[in-house]
Amino acid sequence: MNENICAISTALGVGAISIVRCSGTDVIDIVSKIYKGKDLHKVDSHTINYGHIVSNGEIIDEVLVSVMRAPKTFTREDIIEINSHGGIATTNKIYELLLENGCRAALPGEFTKKAFLNGRIDLLQAEATNDLILSDTDESRKYAISRMDGNLSKLIKKDRKKLISLQSELEVEFDYPDEFDGPEMTNERLLKSLNIIKEDLNSLIEHASDAKIIKDGIDVAIIGKPNVGKSSILNNLLDENKAIVTNIAGTTRDIVEGSIMLSGIKLNLIDTAGIRETDDIVEKIGVNKSLEVLKNANLAIFVLDNSEKISDEELNLINNTNINKIIFINKNDLNSNIDISKIKSSNIIYGNTINANGLDDLKKKIIDLFNLDEIKNNNYNYLSNARDIALCMNAYNSIMNAITSVNNNIPYEMIAVDLKDAYDYLGEIIGEKYDEDVIDEMFSKFCVGK
Amino acid sequence: MKYDVIVVGGGHAGCEAANASAKQGLKVLLITSDLKNIADMPCNPAIGGTAKGIVVREIDALGGLMGRVADVYHLQIKMLNSGKGPAVMSLRAQGDKVAYPKNMLKELRSIKTLDIVEGMVEDLIVEDKTIKGIKTDDGRTYYCTCLVLTTGTYLKSKILVGDTHKFEGPHGETSSKHLSDKLRDLGFEIQRLKTGTPQRIDPDTVDYSKLQVEEGDKTPWTFSFDLDPQYDVNKQRVCYLVYTNEHTHDIIRKNLKRSAMYGGYAEGIGPRYCPSIEDKVVRFADKKRHQLFLEPESDYYPDLYLQGFSTSMPIDVQEEMVHSLVGLEHAKILKYAYAIEYDAINPLQMLPSEESKVIHNLYTAGQINGTSGYEEAAGQGIIAGINAGLRCKNKEPLILKRNESYIGVLIDDLVTKGTKEPYRLLTSRAEYRLVLRHDNADLRLREYGYQVGLINEEQHNRLLKKKEDINNLINELKTIHIKPKELTKEVQDKIGNINKGESLYDLLKRPEIRINDLISYLNNNYNKDVLNTVEISIKYEGYIAKTNREIERMLKLEEKKIPNDIDYSKVINLASEARQKLEKVRPLTIAQASRISGVNPADIAVLSVYLKKEYGK
Repeated sequence: MNENICAISTALGVGAISIVRCSGTDVIDIVSKIYKGKDLHKVDSHTINYGHIVSNGEIIDEVLVSVMRAPKTFTREDIIEINSHGGIATTNKIYELLLENGCRAALPGEFTKKAFLNGRIDLLQAEATNDLILSDTDESRKYAISRMDGNLSKLIKKDRKKLISLQSELEVEFDYPDEFDGPEMTNERLLKSLNIIKEDLNSLIEHASDAKIIKDGIDVAIIGKPNVGKSSILNNLLDENKAIVTNIAGTTRDIVEGSIMLSGIKLNLIDTAGIRETDDIVEKIGVNKSLEVLKNANLAIFVLDNSEKISDEELNLINNTNINKIIFINKNDLNSNIDISKIKSSNIIYGNTINANGLDDLKKKIIDLFNLDEIKNNNYNYLSNARDIALCMNAYNSIMNAITSVNNNIPYEMIAVDLKDAYDYLGEIIGEKYDEDVIDEMFSKFCVGK
Repeated sequence: MKYDVIVVGGGHAGCEAANASAKQGLKVLLITSDLKNIADMPCNPAIGGTAKGIVVREIDALGGLMGRVADVYHLQIKMLNSGKGPAVMSLRAQGDKVAYPKNMLKELRSIKTLDIVEGMVEDLIVEDKTIKGIKTDDGRTYYCTCLVLTTGTYLKSKILVGDTHKFEGPHGETSSKHLSDKLRDLGFEIQRLKTGTPQRIDPDTVDYSKLQVEEGDKTPWTFSFDLDPQYDVNKQRVCYLVYTNEHTHDIIRKNLKRSAMYGGYAEGIGPRYCPSIEDKVVRFADKKRHQLFLEPESDYYPDLYLQGFSTSMPIDVQEEMVHSLVGLEHAKILKYAYAIEYDAINPLQMLPSEESKVIHNLYTAGQINGTSGYEEAAGQGIIAGINAGLRCKNKEPLILKRNESYIGVLIDDLVTKGTKEPYRLLTSRAEYRLVLRHDNADLRLREYGYQVGLINEEQHNRLLKKKEDINNLINELKTIHIKPKELTKEVQDKIGNINKGESLYDLLKRPEIRINDLISYLNNNYNKDVLNTVEISIKYEGYIAKTNREIERMLKLEEKKIPNDIDYSKVINLASEARQKLEKVRPLTIAQASRISGVNPADIAVLSVYLKKEYGK
């Protein structure tokens, strides 16, 4: 029924060991065919076993084999992980042997999908696992792990619990009007509960942008005329922080020159060095190119030359940029010809790239602008993808609608529609549906029925 | 003798089924163990209640009997939830235990193609997994094309009072001993259910000065769309409120072991919706008092029903319990409370037409399907009767959808989710309840009743006229604009002045304005039902539109049929719980599949993909 799948789980060619993982009902049989060592059928679950991978009597590699039997595994199926010595050739060979003996190549994310489909993890956790695999900073790893543990799921479940509890109070009065002798629902009590839920959802939504920062980092565009000191700032930042990535091509993004860590958050420095020099004054500061880069950036650093007058084009570009911006005025040892009163921003820093003057101020400014220290110290209970955020917004809007209706004295059965909507939207985030929750809640909470 | 349709059982399901088949012009036999028990009300004689009252309206809309028979004679009637919104409003009448069965029998006798006989059915004649007829315990045989089983609580029924029990029906009648074994042999899964009923009290022994009176509404009501109110609102009987107290609870706790339920003498599963008083005291230990009602049962004999005090305690404890109640210190108990256990089938073995998946042409309705309540029984009965008749005529069955009726919700719940306890309808079970209202049951269902022949021309014409009036009224409201200076004083008092002209339609949307405030602006006269329905549809337009969008989404999924021959073991990646449930229920559509508990959205996605791949849908 369930297919046996396998995949090379570590990056090929990196690191001292590599792992080939397989999952399915027959994986112990399959691995036993290519493994020489203890009988894997007889070893205890969750043990690591020394042995060799063999093919036609020839030893391929000396390995450690982890055996984990269903159901206490990630996919709730039997899982075997083969730790080999990591050369591309041997890892590939083991992988091929598994394919020859009955495994199918796993599709991207298929282990996680199995875990989700077999009820091991909910949707949020499934997404988090994916994030974990793709994460490349400590902060994003922590964030992914906290989602894996279901911290966010727990939070959403808590709000759903509040909603269902409130709804059961309304429903019990609909279904048992003359029998229910508890305190009757009032507008005041209803509004109080609705406002608590509203605040909960609001904070989830507000923190959603933080999650994106933790996960993807901050995209920074450094903008300015040629020779104004852009490259110096860039190189300075990169050198000093030993860039963790260089020249990776994003799919839709601009070329990222490099990424640095700032207070645990990744800054992706976008290259704008390619702007051509022309005689055209507009092209000189690369207005068109700059605009394009700014479209995808979270932060713009405008670099100006202290000794030169600021041009109208530069001023326009700076004042019309709506994202977070910092103006770095370079060459502060020269006489100033810049009229800063024309710049509509208070984030102005003077410095000198030659002696790295002002760069610490620049970094501090970035930390302040994005509350990086606060993000770092927070619990990682954030919604991060567009779908989840949209669903949470819908739930929030349903609650707002309910509040308006209560204020207009609309009958409670209409309010119940809004509550159920909110409940359903939140359920969709974690992949749970409505069912008979409210009825169960009603009868466990209230003594009704004759 | 050969009939088109035989109905076994003369309870609320049986009566509606017999009527619904016979009115289609078919030859029908109704066989019941005791003619005196036709449409019997062994529990409280109340008809209607939340959700249930709407079911009675739906039965009437389809051409059934319950509503009109209840309207002919009742002791009290009121509209529940009138302040909580239009869709949770529901009628409840206190019927008369003597008059109701008598009037029902009269209705049934007036149907020319319906024969009614007494007899205890103990065997079924089945060939090729198809029903052919029935046999009675005294050796009679009747043949039929279709059979409707509405045996109520009479399959192996057992009455429990404390540690004593007897195998008999609610009135001491003999119950069917072999029919449920026969059903089991045929492949039906049998489950044991339980329900109970409280004490009956002598009205002359109650101290009414200590009790609070509950009156009927001063507005006259009817269940039926065809009848005018035939009673005097000022001459209704009253009910009384009674409360339990700490002393009552002490007595119950002290004797808990002697109760049939807590002493372990009962095996059936009772309804959460109808807990015994010992259940309430145990489960809600911190509650200082529980509310009870004393309700008259009939004008023809003195008897008060002590609603809410259902118990399976032995009689000496019951005496003590009743006498602990304020106002009932010296009350005489005419009949002791009892619990009753009975056999029911698993409704998951039933199709949405109420035909059995196990035996062709055999339909089941009412308590045998695991439900509780007269209205739930009657609602299933009329659909079983309609569909048995349609089968005789080789026509497609009538399957009401969840967005069309509470009856549809009820049957869909039964065949999709099954039930482990006696099933009761609740408004909270109907996700589209905003459109399943008391006021619009005829607009929703009467056309179906007309198509199958249960609604006559005159009734149908009345429906068409109502629809036309509704359209005309909406049109008037939309086209008539009121200038600021044309505001009547009563409207102005409510909303103050308006700056610019406004249509009546927009005025009505204001929370303060009722449609009665606007009648003076209209060109035509409309009756109050039309005014009411239109007012609801305009005032709550936004919410109703939202419900309608959800309905559309559901109906799209209803269109995605799942082929009969689907092999769920071939659908890779279904969670194992989902696979088992799908295999058991074998839903007809993706929508139905999505309602099965334990089948998650991910499973539905997997299933949809599979269907697309395998069947190109």
